[in-house]
Amino acid sequence: MGGGGGGGDSSEDTAVELGDEPHVLAVDDNLIDRKLVEKLLKNSSCKVTTAENALRALDYLGLGNETLEGTVSKVNLIITDYCMPGMTGYELLKKIKESSVLKEVPVVIMSSENIPTRISQCLEEGAKMFMLKPLKQSDVKQLKWHLMKCRN
Amino acid sequence: MDLVKLQRQWVDYRASLYKEGFLDEQFTQLQELQDENNPDFVVEVVSLFFEDSERLLNELTTALEQQSIDFKRVDAHVHQLKGSSSSIGAQRVQTSCIAFRNYCEEQNVEGCLTCLQQVRLEYSLVKTKLEYMFQLEQQILSAGGSSPM
Repeated sequence: MGGGGGGGDSSEDTAVELGDEPHVLAVDDNLIDRKLVEKLLKNSSCKVTTAENALRALDYLGLGNETLEGTVSKVNLIITDYCMPGMTGYELLKKIKESSVLKEVPVVIMSSENIPTRISQCLEEGAKMFMLKPLKQSDVKQLKWHLMKCRN
Repeated sequence: MDLVKLQRQWVDYRASLYKEGFLDEQFTQLQELQDENNPDFVVEVVSLFFEDSERLLNELTTALEQQSIDFKRVDAHVHQLKGSSSSIGAQRVQTSCIAFRNYCEEQNVEGCLTCLQQVRLEYSLVKTKLEYMFQLEQQILSAGGSSPM
């Protein structure tokens, strides 16, 4: 698999065990962006599941109406686009933070638009980070570093 | 044509695409994501972009032909196209979408129609150029070289 290894770099980083791949749920209505974020994350040794809208994401997380018993998967990070039809990434963030089961999962918001009020709104609602699209390798590396710090 | 000549041709062609603004550094990001495990990543993503863009351009044409134009819908499609062109580094397509969105906001039909023409043009230009570049890459591979991507 491409990308660097897991926790083999820093000796004082005890947050992640060796060979422990974080599971990321990536939500974006744009097909090309989904493919790109998936590859970026896989290159950073993450396991990736993608969802094409917020409702599908909620189903996957076990918060939706269509969730079947026993199919809830554990994710370590959720990265979502802001502008999506139907439920926005911001609304998805709120739903996740309202959930007793999922509120500890870090949520990152992505957007192609650099709007300061949008950014602070998301951060205030509990988003871990706000990232500008298009995403680059360096963005995802930084993201993973943050994620590793949070995993305790 | 010999391998060295082909490789040089590829390098020069790619450089010209950047110089003329057809591609920007985001395309370089795509190339860097390609590796032995995903040797066709760039072609795959770009092909998806072509399919998706053609679909969006058709939707835009239809939406702008309506008696009563739904500008929100038109804008949503342009937003998608702007996003995907930005993600693959198709700079001129992305830029032409910006003007388009402004006309949507103003609900200016003529402006939108002109922009649609412009976006179509930029899209077909970058498509032709990328396809040619992929063709050159194929020739290099056939001549025994490794992917220049």
